[in-house]
Amino acid sequence: MSGHLSGTAALWVLVLGSLLGLELIGKVPPTLHTPLMSGANAISGITLLAALALIGQAPTPGLKLIGAVALGFALFNVVGGFLVTDRMLAMFRRREAN
Amino acid sequence: MVELSIELGSVLLLAFGLKGLAKIRTARSANGLAALALGLAVVGLLLQQGLGGWPWMLLGLGIGGGLGAVLALRVAMTSMPETVALFNGCGGMSSLLVAIGAVQLPTPLNLVGQVSVLVSVLVGSITFSGSLVAMGKLQEWLGTPGWTLRPQRHVVNILMAVACLACCVLVLKGMAVALIPLTVLSLLLGVGLTLPVGGADMPVVISLLNSYSGVAAAAAGFVVGSELLIVAGAMVGAAGLILTQVMCTAMNRSLTSVLFGGALGAGTSEASEAGGREEYTNVTSCSPEECALTLEAAERVIFVPGYGLAVAQAQHSLKELARLLEQHGIEVRYAIHPVAGRMPGHMNVLLAEADVPYDQLVEMDDINPDFPRTDVVIVLGANDVVNPRAKSDPSSPLYGMPVLEVDQARSVFVVKRSLGSGYAGIRNDLFELPQTSMVFGDAKQVLQSLLQELRSLGVGKVPAGAGSTR
Repeated sequence: MSGHLSGTAALWVLVLGSLLGLELIGKVPPTLHTPLMSGANAISGITLLAALALIGQAPTPGLKLIGAVALGFALFNVVGGFLVTDRMLAMFRRREAN
Repeated sequence: MVELSIELGSVLLLAFGLKGLAKIRTARSANGLAALALGLAVVGLLLQQGLGGWPWMLLGLGIGGGLGAVLALRVAMTSMPETVALFNGCGGMSSLLVAIGAVQLPTPLNLVGQVSVLVSVLVGSITFSGSLVAMGKLQEWLGTPGWTLRPQRHVVNILMAVACLACCVLVLKGMAVALIPLTVLSLLLGVGLTLPVGGADMPVVISLLNSYSGVAAAAAGFVVGSELLIVAGAMVGAAGLILTQVMCTAMNRSLTSVLFGGALGAGTSEASEAGGREEYTNVTSCSPEECALTLEAAERVIFVPGYGLAVAQAQHSLKELARLLEQHGIEVRYAIHPVAGRMPGHMNVLLAEADVPYDQLVEMDDINPDFPRTDVVIVLGANDVVNPRAKSDPSSPLYGMPVLEVDQARSVFVVKRSLGSGYAGIRNDLFELPQTSMVFGDAKQVLQSLLQELRSLGVGKVPAGAGSTR
């Protein structure tokens, strides 16, 4: 839709992004499994960008509504996900300080 | 140019954020970094496309963001796994809706765009319905119905998958209507794949679905032509896969057996239910008083907390008991099995909430050699992770799972509500060992009466300083 992206370039982006993801997480202490999953989950709510783009380009109110609902779901995931992860991690932090 | 640098900046921040989340020291700031990256990405996008349709954006922001914040701040730490599942499902739903919206835009999609819409719908739906089923199972709203475990389920799932593919072909041939059956079928497929998985394996499934939601996000990125979305989605998808693998290793389960093997021990559950009660013959039970007397004379004590402790909300009582014993000069530690609780790392979070000092939590491999020189082990609401059968009985479904070797300790007290089987539904030989005594009751009540008994024995009235010398 924004059109500045050719199909092949996008595939390169996909492959390199996946490789990056594989490399970023190697060893994870079991303590962090739950917070890491929760944090990664919040990041996957980045579909909110697509929802925003949809709202921006939608010609009809009906389509804008679909975009708004999609945005709502994505933000529920993002805001909730980051906050809940922070709540979990805050506990580890406090004890380290003691 | 500004937009581009903002986009690049947020990709970098995301990558550093994800990396930092895997280390204890940096995890919290990394989480903030990732949140900042998402915020930046939104700013970049809005600079690019303008604020057209802002009332709709505010609507989504207010309702979705607001509800998410309220839930995140209110939810109890014990229900963390199901909360993550719910959030994840909503991410999948968002990708699904974006794809459905994108096909209705006046600008026609090219082939890559069309395929991406299909992937987005398929994966988004599976993520959504699968995550909701996972949440229902963790909340114990849903069980594992017997009929879902019949081998025929594979046939049904495969048929549904084939039908999904057929719908995809139809859409590519120009029949956009086929998106409707595709959505319905892939939602059902998500249910069909998740429903037979046993509760104990649910964390792995959630982690895998989390990876899927990354894939769905990347597909949505193709649909709207956003490199940032593709990179971020691919990163989360790949990282989620690695995390799933790490979790499988910790639980000694292979991904295929989690996904296609059905509930752990489910095949034998009928037999054990029938003969379950008379199977335990040599169980000794004791009162909190007797337990307190043994504790008072001990030098080294290890607590083994499990999900039952969390359910009884007894973390704080446990912390109190531990402090009392320490004041009495007793060495206290907590043995943490990698999958204690209902999700790897869940128990650490719960004990952290009760302010248990970090250095007293010891991972399984580090504490196992110490059990033989431990006077008292108290198992609180844990079952399968202390089952010696995992080492001795090759026919047991638990066989090969690393367990805490509490049977090596001099005396073991198991605090449990009844002799019911564990989460995996498997008999526990530990309960019948001569050094084991069962203390029946709710974990919190038992801990409270232990505290009372110990105080009446004079424990904790030792002059201050006695506990801090070690």
